[in-house]
Amino acid sequence: MSANRKCRVLVVGAGPGGYVAAIRAAQLGMDTIIVESDKTGGTCLIRGCIPSKAIIHAAERFENLGKHSSEVGHMGISITGDTDIDMAALVDWKDSIVNRLNKGVESLLKASGAELIKGWATFSSAKQCIVETSDGSITIDADNVIIATGSSHIDLPFMPCDEEFIISSTGALDLQKLPKKVAVIGGGYIGLELGCALSRLGSEVTVIEGMDSILAIMDKEIRRPVEIWLKKHKVVVHTQAMAKGAVVKGKGVSRKVHMTFEKNDEEQTIVVDKVLVTVGRRPNTKGWGLENMGVRMDSSGRFIRIDDKCQTSVPGIYAIGDVAGDPMLAHKASAQGELVAEVISGEKRSFDKVAIPAIIFTEPEIVSVGLSPNEAKEAGEEIITGKFPLAANGRALTLEAEKTMGFIRVTARKSDHVILGIQAVGSHIAELHGEFILALEMGALLEDIADTVHAHPTMTESFHEGVLRTLGHAIHIS
Amino acid sequence: MPNYVFKLPDIGEGVVEGEVVSWHVSVGDSVKEDASIVDVMTDKATVTIPSPTNGVVTLLHGDIGDMVPVGGALIEFSTDGATATEPAPSVPDPSPDPDSSPTPQASVPTVPSPTPKPTPIVKPTLTPSQSPVPVSTNTSSRVLTSPAIRRRAQESDVDLSLVSGSGPAGRIRHADLDAFLATGGLMSGAAPTNYSSRRTGITEIKIVGLRRKIAEQMVVSKFSIPHYSYFEEIDITELEELRQFLNSTRSEGQPKLTYLPFMMLALAKIMPNHQECNATYDEAANTVTQFEAVHLGIATQTNRGLFVPVVKHVEAMDVWGAAAEMQRVSSAARNGTANLDDLSGSTFTITSLGRDGGLGATPIINHPEVSILGVHKAREMPVVRNDKIEIRRIMNISSSFDHRIVDGANGAALIQSMKKLLEHPALIFM
Repeated sequence: MSANRKCRVLVVGAGPGGYVAAIRAAQLGMDTIIVESDKTGGTCLIRGCIPSKAIIHAAERFENLGKHSSEVGHMGISITGDTDIDMAALVDWKDSIVNRLNKGVESLLKASGAELIKGWATFSSAKQCIVETSDGSITIDADNVIIATGSSHIDLPFMPCDEEFIISSTGALDLQKLPKKVAVIGGGYIGLELGCALSRLGSEVTVIEGMDSILAIMDKEIRRPVEIWLKKHKVVVHTQAMAKGAVVKGKGVSRKVHMTFEKNDEEQTIVVDKVLVTVGRRPNTKGWGLENMGVRMDSSGRFIRIDDKCQTSVPGIYAIGDVAGDPMLAHKASAQGELVAEVISGEKRSFDKVAIPAIIFTEPEIVSVGLSPNEAKEAGEEIITGKFPLAANGRALTLEAEKTMGFIRVTARKSDHVILGIQAVGSHIAELHGEFILALEMGALLEDIADTVHAHPTMTESFHEGVLRTLGHAIHIS
Repeated sequence: MPNYVFKLPDIGEGVVEGEVVSWHVSVGDSVKEDASIVDVMTDKATVTIPSPTNGVVTLLHGDIGDMVPVGGALIEFSTDGATATEPAPSVPDPSPDPDSSPTPQASVPTVPSPTPKPTPIVKPTLTPSQSPVPVSTNTSSRVLTSPAIRRRAQESDVDLSLVSGSGPAGRIRHADLDAFLATGGLMSGAAPTNYSSRRTGITEIKIVGLRRKIAEQMVVSKFSIPHYSYFEEIDITELEELRQFLNSTRSEGQPKLTYLPFMMLALAKIMPNHQECNATYDEAANTVTQFEAVHLGIATQTNRGLFVPVVKHVEAMDVWGAAAEMQRVSSAARNGTANLDDLSGSTFTITSLGRDGGLGATPIINHPEVSILGVHKAREMPVVRNDKIEIRRIMNISSSFDHRIVDGANGAALIQSMKKLLEHPALIFM
């Protein structure tokens, strides 16, 4: 069967960028089709943000239970007998969350009036594609196209993922059995989030990082608590180390991966059950006819080039999310998706954000919005900064969130006290970021936060105190 | 590498020195012949001087604000051997005589000489090179405001960098955007609130170029001339009727008439009886020069400052001619195309602020003239006429005279004559 369809808006890819764009476009009364070959929700929902957070939460729970099941217990709570983990059941639980959200996205799309077509779209020209569906092919002619094809895991050419021994983050989220030993290649945020979780679940984790530090996107002060946590949890970190290759040896249950890496001009080999490769992600620009659309790439050649309205070099063709540039973050994609639908409907919008928050769900968690002190100085700002430790916050102590040596750090312009950036590290700190980013978007001064009453007892008081400290008069620290 | 010294040429009648207003080049720049090198300000106009040669700038004589005498070294070039060989040509003829140049006819820089167009252009202040603004996020150099206001600005096509914020640290509030939108950008922000922070910034501006000229001229006028001022109100109800009629029946190509052309004509008409007012006074020579011709200076606000372009021989014009010529010279002054002749030779000056005319002022005489007339806003007023209150259109005028030359009675007589004509406008044309 083949069919021809026309629509005002065609969205390619139903990740957090695409499905948001489709819902918004349909809300605005535009005839909208969204094409997705996989489940809706994209990397974020199916094999990224959401499933990883489920595993990370379970890992935290498991580690904490372990404290109670020790001989002396913890907080007066003790558990008799050992805690145990059934990875297959954990993955099922995680899948139940993913499935629930996936169904939620599909029903939201449906309720909005956007039509979901499941299949692989291949573009023959800028505004025409053929979608191969299980029921045959459909040719779609669209007035406007929103490219939201996302990004994919990058394989190391000399040790491609088989998802059995050499796994990607996708495989790491579907482990049926907890590996005893894991090597993580790439000490970025994906590798460390999963590495921390596996470590808490009981795996022995080794991190191989090519640069001279893990989490190189964060400054030294911020990543330090994570480094200490890793050390305490006996996670071995090799920096300036390059993976060289992996060989699977042995038979049956004793099959192991012999993973070789080079550090200080010396080759070392470690034997592990799994090698997790997290060396980055690549925008999905191939295999669906992008080359037939005539859009220009950015100067790096990696991403589709867009303007502040997410429009590509071809009028009527828009690109959002990971395929359209850094930072490759779901919330950026969603924000662009909403905006682009409004642009197509004729509204005057431009992508004009003070900052895009970045969060790393390691233990402890890291949040960064806006500029770090060094970045602010490089931008020519004369700054004042203040740090407030979670160890001086009552609520943090009751949550044991202070144990990871976390803190909140505020950077403001010296002359007018405009807040330029906030970074924080600590257990459970991620949820505080909403106030941080709002402060930046609203152009808050230190005094705006200082004069806002923060409820006691909460961890948000630490932000208030961090601001007071920047002003030189924190109460709960001398 | 021969060095070529270029001296400030004679750029206008009676001009003996010029003030460096802005350099278009700096040392080390390589400059093509005829490229603009410097703006020099004289008594009358600002002249952009083109490069006489191809070469590399080796020395600039004079900082911004410095006076350079005509004939004084202005700029030095290092020219490559093929070009100008003659160093420092003599002054009044600024030809570099590049006889061995590849372009033998290398035209002499179009240095404005007495007659030609001096292209009195003051370049607008050069804005810092506009580097493309990165699209995504730049936390540090952002306009301070909230996302809701950013969205409103986008929807209204407002560049928020043009809106001044009245909030703390200059944060743009809804009220600021409201004020900006309501006034079409005339008001760049709302009134400060009690939430506003104190403003402590200081801006020091070097007074150079035209502004310095204006300042010097004002000092000469105000401190050497003992002014007296005289005010009168004029019932222009009839003049208004005539003006409206002429405007509604004017043919295509005829300018729309304001009050000024009528006032100019009235002045020209009465001046033969008030010759002491249509004059200049040279204190040094103890000589007053009275003119038969009526050359009216029209004080004109430009974005570079005050100019006084001149409408010549108003006595020989009709109202349309006066209106057209006034429009020509004042717009020439505004857009910087007025030539020296347009900017000199006035015998009497009129100053009018148009809609912002106000009720009265004490105009400063345009030295060496001896009289000036200020025109104020016309408005409907209750007036007692024939024992009844009537609504009449009233305009105030202010005048100042040089009391050394024009006695009080003479100044008053001029204004009363003027009043008579304007209140009975037929007299202007009889």
